Amino acid sequence: MLNIEIDGKVVEVEHGSTIIDAADQLGIAIPRFCYHKKLSVAANCRMCLVQVEKFNKPLPACATPVADGMKIFTRSKAAVEAQQSVMEFLLINHPLDCPICDQGGECDLQDIAMAYGAPASRYTEEKRVVINKNIGPLVATDMTRCIQCTRCVRFLKEVGGMMELGLINRGEHAEITAYVDKSVDSELSGNIIDLCPVGALTSKPFRYTARSWELVRRPSIAPHDGLGSQIEVHIKDGKVLRVLPREKETINECWLSDRDRFSYEGLNSPDRLKVPMIKHHGEWHETDWKTALEFAGGHLKEIVGTHGSDELGVLISPNSTMEEAHLATKFAHGLGSDNVDYRLRHTDFRHDGKRLGVIWMGCNIPDVQEMDRILVIGSNLRNEHPLLAQRIRRAVANGAELSVVNPLDDDPLIPIKHKAICSPNDMVNVLSQILKAVSGMERLSLCLPKSLSDLLEGVRVWDNSQAIALSLTGHGETMDLISPRSAVFLGNISQHHPRYTEIFSLAEAISSLCGATFGVLSAGANSVGANLVGAMPKAGGLNARTMLESPRKAYVLVNVEPELDCHNAALAKQAIEQAECVVALTAYKSEALEDATVLLPITPFTETSGTFMSMEGRVQSFTAVTKPLGEARPGWKVLRVLGNVAGLHGFEFDSSEEVKDEIFGGEKPSAVVWRTLNNNLRELIDVEIKVKLDSDLQRVGEIPQFQSDAIVRRSPPLQKTKQVTKAVLAGIHPEQLTKLGINEGEKILVKQGTGSAILEAKADIHVPHGCVRIPGAIAATASLGDLLGEIYIERIPATAPQEEVSA
Amino acid sequence: MTATQTLVCLRTAGQADPASLETYLKLGGYAQLKRLVTEKVKATEIISQVKLSGLRGRGGAGFPTGLKWSFMPRYFDGTKYLVCNTDEGEPGTFKDRDIIRYNPHQLIEGMAIAAYTLGARVGYNYIHGEIWQDYEIFEAALDEARQAGYLGENLFGTGFSFDLHAVHGYGAYICGEETALIESIEGKKGQPRFKPPFPASYGVFGKPTNVNNTESYTSIPWIMEHGGQAFQELGVANSGGTKIFSISGHVEKPGNYEVNMGISFAELLALAGGVWKGRQLKAVIPGGPSTAVLPASAIIGATMDYDGLSKAGSSLGAGSMIVMDETTCMVKALKRLSYFFFEESCGQCTPCREGTGWLYRVIKRIVDGQGRMEDLDLLTDVSSNISGRTICALGDAAATPVLSFIKHFRPEFEYYIQHGRSMVEDGVAVEEVAYA
Repeated sequence: MLNIEIDGKVVEVEHGSTIIDAADQLGIAIPRFCYHKKLSVAANCRMCLVQVEKFNKPLPACATPVADGMKIFTRSKAAVEAQQSVMEFLLINHPLDCPICDQGGECDLQDIAMAYGAPASRYTEEKRVVINKNIGPLVATDMTRCIQCTRCVRFLKEVGGMMELGLINRGEHAEITAYVDKSVDSELSGNIIDLCPVGALTSKPFRYTARSWELVRRPSIAPHDGLGSQIEVHIKDGKVLRVLPREKETINECWLSDRDRFSYEGLNSPDRLKVPMIKHHGEWHETDWKTALEFAGGHLKEIVGTHGSDELGVLISPNSTMEEAHLATKFAHGLGSDNVDYRLRHTDFRHDGKRLGVIWMGCNIPDVQEMDRILVIGSNLRNEHPLLAQRIRRAVANGAELSVVNPLDDDPLIPIKHKAICSPNDMVNVLSQILKAVSGMERLSLCLPKSLSDLLEGVRVWDNSQAIALSLTGHGETMDLISPRSAVFLGNISQHHPRYTEIFSLAEAISSLCGATFGVLSAGANSVGANLVGAMPKAGGLNARTMLESPRKAYVLVNVEPELDCHNAALAKQAIEQAECVVALTAYKSEALEDATVLLPITPFTETSGTFMSMEGRVQSFTAVTKPLGEARPGWKVLRVLGNVAGLHGFEFDSSEEVKDEIFGGEKPSAVVWRTLNNNLRELIDVEIKVKLDSDLQRVGEIPQFQSDAIVRRSPPLQKTKQVTKAVLAGIHPEQLTKLGINEGEKILVKQGTGSAILEAKADIHVPHGCVRIPGAIAATASLGDLLGEIYIERIPATAPQEEVSA
Repeated sequence: MTATQTLVCLRTAGQADPASLETYLKLGGYAQLKRLVTEKVKATEIISQVKLSGLRGRGGAGFPTGLKWSFMPRYFDGTKYLVCNTDEGEPGTFKDRDIIRYNPHQLIEGMAIAAYTLGARVGYNYIHGEIWQDYEIFEAALDEARQAGYLGENLFGTGFSFDLHAVHGYGAYICGEETALIESIEGKKGQPRFKPPFPASYGVFGKPTNVNNTESYTSIPWIMEHGGQAFQELGVANSGGTKIFSISGHVEKPGNYEVNMGISFAELLALAGGVWKGRQLKAVIPGGPSTAVLPASAIIGATMDYDGLSKAGSSLGAGSMIVMDETTCMVKALKRLSYFFFEESCGQCTPCREGTGWLYRVIKRIVDGQGRMEDLDLLTDVSSNISGRTICALGDAAATPVLSFIKHFRPEFEYYIQHGRSMVEDGVAVEEVAYA
């Protein structure tokens, strides 16, 4: 530790600290623009110049390491003069029109100018004008306001993983710009809005809608992925106008993914369902709550009464709150049905009943960046878990090795040490190879159960599997670790995989042999919570797949758009279509719910209280940040009344807190969580290493980031991003295209099960041979079947008019 | 009394085909490299000779070369680099150009000796972007040296290896700043890095790197041949050896002159044929535009060495002497210099990016006849606010001419502001109003 003195205050700081660290520790405010604690030090704005004893020049506090006995003056005449002169320089070319700038009122430059700026400018020459750049639908630019602090440049390079912005030209002509004709497409791009200390980069959707002081700020939790990012929702006149991160170092740090930041625009969508609706003779009619609930409750009860309780299926979105999931499950159980599931995009449920606890990510979020070795199986990281990907990126920057087993070779913008890119069906084979390679290591071989080692006998280990095994166990290019901190994570593609059970058990075996953390990066905001409340079949009930395969007469849908949220879109559509009664609790009226019987308008996360449990098992409750739109009501209330109407017991709740108390049995949530999280399997699961498929082609159906749920799908700015507008609908490896005799850009007929679709074939080098990338959760592919499964492709005969084929 | 040149760095001057290996070998070239390497002379001995020689960095900062060499880590697990800065880009500097044009092999030998001494495996000579022909001459010399076994693997069978490459810049003045130069070698935009860390610990590709000026490296073979003491004795105390002065402006014979340190200004001026057209000397920028201008009266009795020019109120810089006769309008001269720094600021840090444009615009406004009397204080103030507050020395370099021109020639500026015209062009003698 070093002893230094700042403005007369003595402080003990760590070796390697900078002056600004020490001052921040003491609560001494040093003005700064370019410095940011999460980014590399640029020392270019010069605003943090301070006086240091024995130095004749002022030194930048952000870049100057402290030395023992150093005496620093941040408010001395010399320091303030230096700071004031820098402020003068910053302002000479900066427009002094704060009243019309979108950043006004929350601008670092404006604030610091109040303290360090002169009342009038001495600069009477022409001011600089910089042409604005169009960097996409999310971030607006006003480049004349830029002070070249390069925070945005450093963020995109260091945190985002790709240098999408840079400083070009020299001197006064220096300007921040993207590559020629390129936008900023990072899934974390919105953070540059927060980082920009001036009004150069502002939120395009929010622009000119409100001044910062008019907004009411309320805390909430992001509802789109399992990270559980803490957000602050900004509201004016009851309308959500923007979402910003709340700083939480152990979850989202000070960042937010674009999905979490810009999805709020979907809350104000014209699709929002404002009143209950009932379908009579094929026509939708608006109605009142009483009628709707009585109709729904009565109808469901009648079907159960007539055809048996097994005819009721309940599907719950993994983005529903714990309270909603709990009450929906309780409702099903109350009516005597065990057909409940939240795992809408899963298709392999063979390990049901064999798990020891609630599936989670196996460690805490900050642990990820401390790992030495990480193996990610079946995940498009940036797409599924943007901020977690950023932590892995940092781990790798700090020397960790990342290996992947994946059916897509998309660039995570993280240097990958070893990879096995293979067709979905081969993933089990590759994992068995890795397991064999790991178990072949003398030190670890003893731990493998006999049943597994027998199974692995015939497995031939490929070079890259061997390399992955070596890396995972600590062998490295530059340094071997005896006991590396390793982790094996399963991503969304693994979870949606038709052989998830085998992937899961092999990955678990690999992890336990190497002493690695093993976890599942859950897709939904509340996947872990829904698992904890038991929103799954318990005693032989139907799961999310079988419920659709053997169509039920009645369904209750909670926050579900069946064709877009289920693993097999065509199957979901058919099942809903044929049902006698479909009660949909939904925030939106949509095409996907056209076949429902009753639509009950429930509120999205901003208009209800509730609880999400993140992938690391963190239980986070939130309150409504604004009033329900129209007559929409919180889901938990609707389910409560539905329970009452159906005459069920145990639906007497006055608040969501009471529901939560029931979930946790009055215990401290963390105690329940501690007890229940467990990724181990009760017994070994039969692993079949090679499965013969009928088709030569397999679909790789990932869920695009900005299609993941009903809110995101309705956010216009997100739908205008290149990720959506330039999305590849049928991506095939160029060599495969040649083999199939298909031209790039040609429309092809894609058949899966009973469904088919006409899609444009695109050459996609990131897709392995034998595979076609066809995303799910979009209307264009909603007539197709399994996200991952066999698929058939046909050229469309030139003579046949396309309309006929699609009909 | 006429002084003569002492040719150390320009040793091949006057020879037929001066840049060829043959010429250099004829003059005893590469003998020192061979001797040091084959006799396995200790690095500490070489460094102590360089220290003894009093050689100071010829790029302008004048940092003692031997001391700089001693900063390089002796034991480092990895590649160490050697960099030569031939990116002279300041108006009036053209000495390094002549070294690589006429005596490239001595630079190569000097760098190879430095590489041997410092344990550098790879070297780069970063050559200014606007001297393409000279770059090609240097590349040809590198080829010759490689063929002849003075560069490459296992030199003289001793196990010592050194690869030297030429890198040409694209004409940015800022790349003459050593850390910007390093960034540029790495393929990035040439912008200075914040120091510390210095290149000796974090240089090219983050590895220990020694950066010296062309003339500094080129002096090394002579020092090795004759000893540090002999080099020191060519010059004066605190300024050992010879120095190439690039003399331009209003002299009869502009060009490079290599002379002993400590030569008097008058002798040096005489070497260059004196002020042209029989005119009177008005002012001299002794070391390049980043050094303070001196009026004739201040420089006439000065000696041309680090201490001598410091005493006169300026500095030796890179020895780029710009001579101005009585017809020079100092206001317009300053406008041209300010324009240079305005255009060449890298734009990275605030005071220089914003301040250089401000300075230029105000001076331009004065030249355009729109000056205000308070502009002079403003210029002084803005210059002082840039100076010492930037990442690199370009800020100081931009401030120095403005401060020194106004300090020494304020009446000319006042006249220009009052009349909207140049005092010199009006034929008003400076003496009539000056120095009151």
